[in-house]
This record gives sequence, structure tokens and C-alpha cells, in this order.
Amino acid sequence: MIVEILGLRKVYPGKPPVTAVDGIDLRVEAGLIYGLLGPNGAGKTTTISIATTRALPTEGVVKIAGVDVVAQPALARRSIGVVPQYNTLDRSCTVAENIFFHCLYFGMSRGESKARTAQLLEQFRLSDRAGMYPQALSGGLAQRLQIARAIAHYPKVLFLDEPSAGLDPQSRIAMWEAVQGLRQQGITVVLTTHYMEEADELCDRLAIIDHGKILVEDTPTALKASVGGDKIVDLKLHSFQNASEIVGRVLKVDGVTSAEITEAGVRIFAKSGEGIITQVVNASDGLGVRDLATTEPSLETVFIRMTGRDLRE
Amino acid sequence: MTLAMRASTTSAFVGLMRRDLRVLSREIAPFLIRVAMNPLLFLFVFTYVMPHMSGGAASPMAGMAGAGGFGTVLLPGLMAVAIMFSGIAAVALPLSTEFGITREIDDRVMCPLPIAAVAAEKIVFSAFQSIIAAALVFPLAYYIPTTPVLAHVSSWPFLITVLILASLLAGALGLTIGTSVQPKQIGLIFGVVVVPITFLGCVYYPWAALNHIRWLQVLVLLNPIVYMSEGLRAALTPSLGHMPEFFILFGLIVFLALLTRQGILGFSKRVLS
Repeated sequence: MIVEILGLRKVYPGKPPVTAVDGIDLRVEAGLIYGLLGPNGAGKTTTISIATTRALPTEGVVKIAGVDVVAQPALARRSIGVVPQYNTLDRSCTVAENIFFHCLYFGMSRGESKARTAQLLEQFRLSDRAGMYPQALSGGLAQRLQIARAIAHYPKVLFLDEPSAGLDPQSRIAMWEAVQGLRQQGITVVLTTHYMEEADELCDRLAIIDHGKILVEDTPTALKASVGGDKIVDLKLHSFQNASEIVGRVLKVDGVTSAEITEAGVRIFAKSGEGIITQVVNASDGLGVRDLATTEPSLETVFIRMTGRDLRE
Repeated sequence: MTLAMRASTTSAFVGLMRRDLRVLSREIAPFLIRVAMNPLLFLFVFTYVMPHMSGGAASPMAGMAGAGGFGTVLLPGLMAVAIMFSGIAAVALPLSTEFGITREIDDRVMCPLPIAAVAAEKIVFSAFQSIIAAALVFPLAYYIPTTPVLAHVSSWPFLITVLILASLLAGALGLTIGTSVQPKQIGLIFGVVVVPITFLGCVYYPWAALNHIRWLQVLVLLNPIVYMSEGLRAALTPSLGHMPEFFILFGLIVFLALLTRQGILGFSKRVLS
């Protein structure tokens, strides 16, 4: 296990005290891209701050590559790369110097640091901007430089806190590719996100977090399958008076696993198969169906099922 | 701490110093202007312009300064001010941006060395700048005053000890200020802290000359700048009269220990939530 979190709690003192993390247990195997998915304020960033030695836990233990981050923070930092939510690039140094001095801090010689800097600038396609200052970089480029710098000392695990916050779609895809490239180099990646697509696309395993607790932990595929059914049919209704009638009727349809009343109408979970939609439509005929939409289950569906809330609320 | 960890702390510390040196070398001109301007203008106005205005007799300190003129009083005092300003400019001001908008400090804190060592590096590098700043006062004090400054170093080890202790003390003061003040209030610090400790720091008058205002003479003992200027006075212009050397070293060491402790505690508190 590269990351082990046991009984982690963090309470920020104040009136009233705020419990940001409320008993998290988490184990991340080496070589994975691991996602912490949850809404803002769920405790993801606090968890990462503690794991990266920048905050102290109220209770619990975090070990990175077997090293306790509270007892031996300086040693633990050798195994950790971190890219926080905000830009922490050294504004007084150039793009190349940001990586070069980072290498020096981690004990590389001048020569090694130079070679590593050149290699990373190349890998992250920043070579032509080596002499620029970070202030002149776009959000996407600054993010790329932060990742390049964070992995310069060959950490065992890289923590990315909301890596796509504030990135345009193109930079986001470039960042995903960079992260997938890191996994191929054997670096474990732990990232937080509140974008379902990102978690789904990028992560090998996910923990869904809300109110400082882990609700569920599994692969994205297994999480989506847990919803029960691989087809979701949303019926929008003119009025709700027949909603429970519809639920009763569609539940009798072969292949429908569950149905529930939502804000917009009725949501039906079903195994996809020949004629399932026709049967659902027939079953609800004459009961005020205005419109119909079908979707595949997503992580969002998982989250809504677990919390009753939308992830973006 | 194992040998490997000590080696890694050392290399990270040296790495931080090299980074600071690179940044300083790139901004060497603004740095020199910043540290030279205050002593330059002080010496120019008080030891060149004013003596010319009144035929050399009206300088407020002329009597006390004896044959050396007011420049002799000012030399150690201005060095102390240069040292202190450098400490504030090298630590407190950058910290206020690093803690503030940029949070750059989070990157430095992720280096593989104890947080206290990151803070200590700031003190040490600031001390290096303070020594350069103090050295710059010499040529100015040699060329500008109309009446030549009477400087005499009787003990080089004492001068070097005072210079190093005073410079570290200034860095520790900068760290304490930089970590205890909210970034947006840093401007206020000049009015509330820097100006009072300068004017009441025995910079423009020797401590011994305060004997007519006994309460003030005792009160200023709480001001670390007093030991910096008196220490340099004892080392450079001993003819003027100064605090006992033992007392100076004691004051420098006590304040250095207090402010270093306070600064490092404040730093850890600010970077670790």
C-alpha cells in the first residue's frame, strides 16, 4: 500500500468547530490513479493536505510508503509530489528554474538537476517557455509546470487537488493525458475532483466522499453497476397525480429493476434489452407523460442515489 | 535523525540558499539602491548639508561627538538601521506575499526538511543581506561627512561577532513580524514598529547620552536595536562611550533566541493548519 489512511479526523477549532474529515479509512495500492470524488466542502482537500504534511490531523494516522506523515514529515515528503488547487509556482524564478531548484531541494546535484529539468520541460512541452516567468503562463501551462515540478524528484505518489479546476476543456484533456502518462511511469496518482466525467475517465478506483466520510469505494464500473440496471429512463410528467401509478405499472415490466419519483417525474432503472423503452412507454400510456429521456448510469447517478443530492449543489 | 536525513536536510537548506542567491543576484541593483539610500541621505543631510549651513557648529550632536563630528555617532547607528531594514525587507515583506495571495510558501514547505529549517534558512539568508547592507555604510561614512569619521577597530573578533549576531537578530525580527502580521497589515508595521524602534534604538545618539533621561534609558533596553547599534558603536567608535561589551552580547543573544523561537513558532503555525 502506498497510501494508508486510518481513522482520520480533522476538526478545525472555532465557534462552532468545523469537522472537515470525520473518520476516513483509505488504502491506495501502488500504480493506480485513485480519485476522491465529492462536492465542494466534502473534506477532500483537507484529507490531501494532511496526507501531504501541510495540515495536522485531529485523530488518525496517515502513512505514505510506510512513513507516518505526522511523525516524520520531512522524510515522508521525499515520497510525495503535490499540486495544490492554487498556483504555488515560484514567481521570482523562471519556468526552468522552478524545476531546477526543486531538484536541488531534493538533493540532486547541479548536473542531475539540469538534466532532469531539460527532460521534464521536453516531456511536458514547456521547453520553448523555459525562460519565461510563471506569471506569463496560461492556466493550463501553469498547471502543467506544477505537475512537472511536483514529479521532478521521482515521488512515489502524486497528489493532485482539483487538477481541472479553472482549466478550459482542451487543457483539461491535455492534463488527463499527462496524468495517464504518469501512471505508465509507475507513479501512483491520488486526485480530488468534483467532475464526474473526470473521475470516470481517469480513475482506476474511486472513493465517493460527502460530509467528511467515505460513502462508497470501488472501481467506476462497479460503482455504476451498483445502481442496478444499465439503462435509466426519465419520464417527465405534466402532473404528478399519476406518478405513483406509473411507478407501480412500470415495475411490472420485465427488465425494470427499480423506479422512483424524482423532481421532474419518474426515474426508471432497467436492464437494457429489446423493446424495454416501448414497454415502459406502453405501461405509462395515458398517465400524462410529457417527455422521455434515456441515459446510461453515471457516477452522478451513484452520488444522487447515495446522498439524495446532486453533486453540484 | 539519521545520517541520510541530516544529509537531505542540509542539501535542501543549501538548495534554498542557492535559490535565494539567484533571485538576489538578479535584483542586485534595486537591492543596493534600497540599502544604500537611507544611510546616504542621512549622512548627506546631517554631516554634509547641515554643517555647511551653520559653519560646522550647529549639529545637534556636535558636542557629544567630540572630534569626530556627528558622522562618528551616525556610523554605527546607520549600520544598525541598515541591518535591521534588511532583515525586514528580506523576510517580513516577501513573507507577506508568500502567505498572502500567492501561497508560494506551500511549495517551499514541501521541501524535504523540517519546517523550522525552512524558517531558519530565511533568517540566515537575511543575515547575509544585512552584512552586505552594513558594509555599504562604510564607504558612505568615509566620503560624505565634512568632518572625518573617527573609527577604530580594537577587536576584530568582537566586531565580527556583533555583526553576525545583529544580522541574525534582524532576520529573526523580520520573521517574527512577517509571521505575526496579516499580509494586508504589513504596511502598517513600518509606522507602528519599524519607525519607533529605529528612533528609540540609540541609532542617532549613544545610549550613554540618555543618562539625563533615566526612564528612557531603562525603557529602551527592551528594544533589540539598541544592542545592535551599541554593539557596533563599541566595536567601531569606542571613543564615544558605550554600553559594557558583556551587556551588549548578552542583549543580542537573548533577543536573538527569543525572536528566533517566536519567529519559527509563528512560521510553523502559519504554514501548518
